[in-house]
Amino acid sequence: MAVPVAFFAAFFAWPVAAIVARGLKVDGKWQFGRIADVATQADIRHVLWFTTWQALASTALTLLVALPGAYVFARLDFPGKQVLRAVVTVPFVLPTVVVGTAFLALVGRGGLLDELWGVRLDTTVWAILLAHVFFNYAVVVRTVGGLWGQLDPRQEEAARMLGASPFRAWRKVTLPALAPAVAAAALMVFLFTFTSFGVVQILGGPTFSTLEVEIYRQTSEIFDLSTAAVLTIVQFIAVGAILAVHAWTVRRRETALRLVDANVTARRPRGAGQWALLAGVLGIVAVLLVLPLAVLVQRSLGASGFGYYRALTHDDGGTFLVPPIHAVGNSLQYALAATVIAVAIGGLAAAALARRDAGRLVRGFDALLMLPLGVSAVTVGFGFLIALDRPPLDLRSSWILVPLAQALVGVPFVVRTMLPVLRAVDARLREAAAVLGASPWRVWREVDLPMVRRALLVAAGFAFAVSLGEFGATVFIARPDNPTLPVAVARLLGRPGDLNYGQAMALSTILMVVCAVALLVLERLRTDRSGEF
Amino acid sequence: MLLSLEGATVRFGGRAVLDAVGLDVAEHEIVCVLGPSGSGKSTLLRAVAGLQPLNGGRVSLDGRDQSGVPAHKRGVGLMFQDHQLFPQRDVGGNVAFGLRMHGAARPQQDERVRELLDLVGLPGAARRAVASLSGGEQQRVALARALAPRPRLLMLDEPLGQLDRSLRERLVVELRELFGQLGTTVLAVTHDQGEAFALADRVVVMRDGRIAQSGTPLEVWQRPADEFVARFLGFDNVVEGMVSGEAADTPWGKLPVPQDAPQGTRTLLVRPAGVRLVPADEGLRCTVAARTFKGTHVAVQVQPEEAPRLEAAVALREAPEVGDAVGVEFDPAEIVMLG
Repeated sequence: MAVPVAFFAAFFAWPVAAIVARGLKVDGKWQFGRIADVATQADIRHVLWFTTWQALASTALTLLVALPGAYVFARLDFPGKQVLRAVVTVPFVLPTVVVGTAFLALVGRGGLLDELWGVRLDTTVWAILLAHVFFNYAVVVRTVGGLWGQLDPRQEEAARMLGASPFRAWRKVTLPALAPAVAAAALMVFLFTFTSFGVVQILGGPTFSTLEVEIYRQTSEIFDLSTAAVLTIVQFIAVGAILAVHAWTVRRRETALRLVDANVTARRPRGAGQWALLAGVLGIVAVLLVLPLAVLVQRSLGASGFGYYRALTHDDGGTFLVPPIHAVGNSLQYALAATVIAVAIGGLAAAALARRDAGRLVRGFDALLMLPLGVSAVTVGFGFLIALDRPPLDLRSSWILVPLAQALVGVPFVVRTMLPVLRAVDARLREAAAVLGASPWRVWREVDLPMVRRALLVAAGFAFAVSLGEFGATVFIARPDNPTLPVAVARLLGRPGDLNYGQAMALSTILMVVCAVALLVLERLRTDRSGEF
Repeated sequence: MLLSLEGATVRFGGRAVLDAVGLDVAEHEIVCVLGPSGSGKSTLLRAVAGLQPLNGGRVSLDGRDQSGVPAHKRGVGLMFQDHQLFPQRDVGGNVAFGLRMHGAARPQQDERVRELLDLVGLPGAARRAVASLSGGEQQRVALARALAPRPRLLMLDEPLGQLDRSLRERLVVELRELFGQLGTTVLAVTHDQGEAFALADRVVVMRDGRIAQSGTPLEVWQRPADEFVARFLGFDNVVEGMVSGEAADTPWGKLPVPQDAPQGTRTLLVRPAGVRLVPADEGLRCTVAARTFKGTHVAVQVQPEEAPRLEAAVALREAPEVGDAVGVEFDPAEIVMLG
């Protein structure tokens, strides 16, 4: 327990506090008046308003599109279901930069729709909303569908025997059981879209800006640290509130439900209704999830075959100090280091949280662990730069800075994946080992480890994928001669010219392939109880 | 004494689950703790195993105080209620677990696993997956696993709880034979009196964290210590009566009692075998309210006009029909004065 706490104190709380202090402290005095000043500025109020309503709209749209998908994945059985489940999850682990790029290629200037019908959406909010649905589809399908598949169908049958119509049985029995999962999924989507950065940065243009994008703009373009600090605090409070509600719904979800093996509840589609639903869901997946990725690949090939890919290996002397292809190696190294850190820290935290005698303080830490998912990554990145540059923690010039920041985002995934599995290990199994003469350490090695090994691998895979795609913090702390893949993509996109655009598409494709491969490996390892993601 | 508990107390919240329990188990003895669920039986085992810290009192093994000795160093075996076999190991891996923990060499482990699987009647099952075992087989593997490291005390928590009746009756005989052969010291807990009486040298009845009675199965069966024990053993003809001389005045009329019976207000038990049905114009007038076929006899519930119901054990061909009017007389040999 002490290690995760120290890690979060040193690499999360301290940098964030440092940057907030830097912004709000003038001549050693706190300037809390700034909060009121900033909050009443018209353009800031506009950003706050936009952030909130686009998050609400994205969440509603995602639920609308993904809930039928959750049903199809939970209750219908069709060939290729496993592969399709992996396919819909790919977007979730894709770096936001790639998502943004893919939608740009689809709906942007010179994009597929532009070429075909002259339709451009990149100047409208629809591009952002669609990208958010693309990104979060899997959150709803996995969280809601995971539970739906495990609900005992005999409960509905019992209601039918008591005289309820099929719809009524669903509404009175299944829906109440699902409600907490729907609420939890909606809150996660709201959290991800409320703090959206990469997608809005690329698709929002000058018109649309979320809090996170505004923090980035204030910090790195206008150098107005005090406004950035105030915005960070605002976002912090909002995220804290969302997480508090989420923790509450999760606890509600743990109420005793009769769960059964998901494999036995799925059936072949029957009747026109179910076939139509299946076709509809497959259509949506094809248009909304597969098409953007396909367009991305197609654009990366351009007119010149693999020309853009070949260009990646050349040092153009302008954008980077090294050929862009080096970003692949950097990214893999950083992500591996970040994975090791995240699994170690997250594993320790999950082990401490899974103890039955965990006190209220420890359980409170559970919610705190989720904070890095929502707190401004930009703030964390910039905080690293100003807080970790003097003894005892002088890491400014160390390569470890980037993995440390990426691990922060990976830890919540590790904890969420490991915790349900660890909690499911029967305490009496450990007692049985102890009575047979196994010391506490031996008990962990002989009983817990074999049972959580798969979950551990899944957790490591997720941590790897999110570390690979981390953008907000990395963009600040990656050194110009050592860019990561997302940073390189963003920089290429920021420069004019077909070659740069094509290279960005090519790099994004590489990133997508790496993430997809990691995910497909995970899907094979997936355990029945691998948490929420 | 191999095991001795003195004033052992465990509290959950404010409630004492074990309330100053004193209990001794001698070497080679088989002691069975009998009690309804929630009486603290399992907690007793967990306290001896070191899985449940005591709030008061002490547990000694071979005269040595065990406070502060962790579970894995106590050298006792515990067979869990639902077996708790390690799902990711095969049968052999489960049985060998304790041996590995004690650092036995590989050939010795294999030898001992074979020996134990033979002993519990599962020869050659070492490579089987535990998920493929039936309930009875799992129970045998759990027993072999607990016996393998040769614990000085073997504890069984509801050892036959989840098995069906015929298997249970067969296994309880096998277990008693096996423990006799090996000379194992056993402390078992169960809620099933038949199991306890068949298995134990000594039965300890628990109620609300305290010991209500301790004695041989015959003693406990013949002379239940109080109304609780009597009712727990399935005797329902329990009544208050005023004893004077050789008779007790009860709602069922005058009951004969032994000569040296203590005088005054007492609780009496009439065994069903001591309730004799006679023609309606003799003895206590009753109506037959219900009859239950018990295999060897029929349990007949009779309702006196102004007194609690009585249960009578009647031979099958003599059993009256529901609604018949009967008379009741009492056999002095089947009347017991309770504590």
